[in-house]
Amino acid sequence: MDTPSSFQTDALIAEDIDAYLHQHQHKSLLRFITCGSVDDGKSTLIGRLLYDSKMIFEDQLAALESDSIKHGTQGEEIDFALLVDGLAAEREQGITIDVAYRFFTTEKRKFIVADTPGHEQYTRNMVTGASTADLAVILIDARKGMLQQTRRHSYLVQLLGIRHVVLAVNKMDLVGYDQSVFDSIVADYRSFAASIGIEQFTAIPISGFKGDNITVAPSANTPWYGGPALIAHLEDVEVDAAAAQAQPFRMPVQWVNRPNLDFRGFAGQMASGTIRPGDAVRIVPSGKTSTVTRIVTFDGDLDEAVAGQSVTLTLADEVDCSRGDLIAAAGDPPQASDQFRATLVWMDEEALKPGRGYWLKLGTQMVTATVQQPEYEIDVNSLEHLAAKTLGLNSIGVAEFATDRPIAFEPYAANRELGGFILIDKFTNATVAAGMIDFSLRRADNVHWQPVSISREDHAGMKNQKPRVLWFTGLSGSGKSTIANEVEKQLFLMNRHTFLLDGDNVRHGLNRDLGFTEADRIENIRRVGEMAKLMTDAGLIVLTAFISPFRAERQMVREMLAEGEFIEIFVDTPLEVAEGRDVKGLYKKARSGQLKNFTGIDSPYEAPENPEIRVNTVDMTPVEAARFIIQQILPLK
Amino acid sequence: MRSLTHLERLEAESIHIFREVVAEAENPVMLYSVGKDSSVMLHLARKAFYPAPPPFPMLHVASGWDFADLLAHRDKTVREYGLKLIIAQNDDAEAQGINPFDTGSALYSQAQLTDPLKRALSAHGFDAAFGGGRRDEEKARAKERIFSFRSASHRWNPKNQRPELWNLYNAKKAKGESIRVFPISNWTELDIWQYIALEKIDIVPLYFSKPRPTVERDGMILVVDDERFRLEDGEQPVTRPVRFRTLGCYPLTGATESEATAMNDIIQEMLLATGSERQGRAIDKGQAASMEDKKQEGYF
Repeated sequence: MDTPSSFQTDALIAEDIDAYLHQHQHKSLLRFITCGSVDDGKSTLIGRLLYDSKMIFEDQLAALESDSIKHGTQGEEIDFALLVDGLAAEREQGITIDVAYRFFTTEKRKFIVADTPGHEQYTRNMVTGASTADLAVILIDARKGMLQQTRRHSYLVQLLGIRHVVLAVNKMDLVGYDQSVFDSIVADYRSFAASIGIEQFTAIPISGFKGDNITVAPSANTPWYGGPALIAHLEDVEVDAAAAQAQPFRMPVQWVNRPNLDFRGFAGQMASGTIRPGDAVRIVPSGKTSTVTRIVTFDGDLDEAVAGQSVTLTLADEVDCSRGDLIAAAGDPPQASDQFRATLVWMDEEALKPGRGYWLKLGTQMVTATVQQPEYEIDVNSLEHLAAKTLGLNSIGVAEFATDRPIAFEPYAANRELGGFILIDKFTNATVAAGMIDFSLRRADNVHWQPVSISREDHAGMKNQKPRVLWFTGLSGSGKSTIANEVEKQLFLMNRHTFLLDGDNVRHGLNRDLGFTEADRIENIRRVGEMAKLMTDAGLIVLTAFISPFRAERQMVREMLAEGEFIEIFVDTPLEVAEGRDVKGLYKKARSGQLKNFTGIDSPYEAPENPEIRVNTVDMTPVEAARFIIQQILPLK
Repeated sequence: MRSLTHLERLEAESIHIFREVVAEAENPVMLYSVGKDSSVMLHLARKAFYPAPPPFPMLHVASGWDFADLLAHRDKTVREYGLKLIIAQNDDAEAQGINPFDTGSALYSQAQLTDPLKRALSAHGFDAAFGGGRRDEEKARAKERIFSFRSASHRWNPKNQRPELWNLYNAKKAKGESIRVFPISNWTELDIWQYIALEKIDIVPLYFSKPRPTVERDGMILVVDDERFRLEDGEQPVTRPVRFRTLGCYPLTGATESEATAMNDIIQEMLLATGSERQGRAIDKGQAASMEDKKQEGYF
């Protein structure tokens, strides 16, 4: 094989280290992903890049040689794939099952490669790797041509907004370096790429195993190829810095720096644009304006900062600004809204629950978001739109979102940092989805709260009480309604203003459109929560008696209310006792299968972990339980 | 238009990570080993919060067999920058008969490094700890996330890692759980050295060549750093010009013969070297996946 010109740096290192370091210091960085399956020779290609760029040391090479004999698939030859296959369990299986990041460097650039697997079930990993990539290398096995997975990878690359695509037609050595094979694959790909919105790509015939057209082109085996070698292309492709800097200034505030009373700086990494002292800025969503006075860094104040830099800004005015706010160009701020449409990639074993509250993190903003039932799901193989009630692991769909307060964002197509978000499960804390905002559904800044001159404090003060929601939860037949009734009677005798919401007065009216599926049960509780919230605004003590089996929904209601107003009362009656009572005959029906989704039988009850109050109807009579509860919530004002 | 260099992009990313953790964690700490990676991390932390000092303490896990130069550099750094230092150490090592000469490497690192680290993290209730791990160091690290979650017993589960998209890090955790955060994940050994040179970061003199008293054992050159070093029969310390690429307990850390006394010489040697930097650490020897096993046990 020819000696790669890009990697001929040894001589310079030995002869003139200062010159080498000067060169290295001014390199740019390119992050790319490789997409392909185990069989496409992806790991072999990456191993080859590391090997050719001298990122492999002798001790690693010795280990590699012995590993090649033990686990290798290339006979006596060095199996480059073993260089990059990571964790022990994966190595046993001979496949990579996660995202791994590899590093190599040439004279011109430093590269970070996200190595992502090609199996169908790992859409999650590829989306993760693609989210930080400037470029994608899509591998095709020359013997097989375009496969379904090629379409899937290309679609994901396009979805994640990667603007540079390389089509690497690999294993050319196994098709005799035949130009017609290459040309026909490229033609097939071109028509497909155009159909999904990939306008440009660079096709290169390579052999990762033999090294053709990796570092020099054309290789002796492909005299007919007139394009760049893979490395040369990766070195020369333009990174998107110019595009990010050309956009208006935006910086999510990460942290407010207050070392003393004389200094108040807003620290963050610039998402787009440029900024100079004297520039007018607007805080979003509050809309307050000010002027940048200094760009403070450890290395001294700057005259200008650009997208990608982490800086600290000071402002001329004492404006309200904290983590989660966005500082933007005053004349061209981003939109802020509490409703938008987004494409969602689901990444968790547990499917999306429409209507449930998730944490949504976008930039430095963390809000509660609910997702509507998806408008459709996208089949990543056929790219067809399918009807969907939810999204499972590795599925992609489009849905409308509502957040509990307006957030500042840009459409993902315009700005990755301000259009991409993650969803976090409030109980497992897992990152369950990645989202890309398509557009806002309305401008929240057009929605104004009705000015209220009688405050909730006024309402409560007139009633001489502190508003609260006494939330009774427990199995059917546990005694919730009975105890809640008793508590209300006793509070009434104490001259308190109360109201009891239970299944009967809510299900027959407000919520008569809802059934008993999981989604409907979530919506039922959400409406009850909102209703209870309005009643606390009116100064009432609200009692609710619903099974409310899911922790997430109880937590959702807790978060709707002011701190300390939500009192969770767990009516902790064992299932045998509740079923033994079976006042309405429901358990019997559920056991015989006539009644589906019945809590405790074929639908789970998630008991509260730390309820404010716990009672049961085995050790106490309803009257005793009610007295105990009132004892716990005193004083009432 | 101004294009950021690769080091500027890496620096901005690391600063972003430091700030995210300080904004979202309740009680962060930085693991400070006093080595080159820690020195870069500390520099980045000072940049991230300037003009305020880093709003978290430094935690040094001292094995009791640390190089004297390393401890001196640690104390000088802490004093100069006004940092808060916590030292974690196994005070019972002597009573337990644990020392680097007689104790097997697995038990030694467990007793002197892993356990004191875990105890200190629990005792102070730290819920986030910055570590200097880099993905280029070792295959098992290439897949580790920047935010790595540990159970209440500090175990790492490679199957249960959170996906990290864009520059969004999910720092939510249950009570008792903690996060190990690696702000320099995407830096390579060359980046580290280049940055130290460019930013004129003060590092431990052990990285520079100097005549030092040495003995050769099992193909490793060991420096006789103090009188506790147990010489074998007939062994006589020889003065050689040596330096270190990586720093650990002195009786377990191999030196390399070198004439490199200036920063650029070090980088030159590193670039022309034929062995990886972990080669000099006795602890990493053994089966190839051993780093991964150690990580599951709570080693950084």
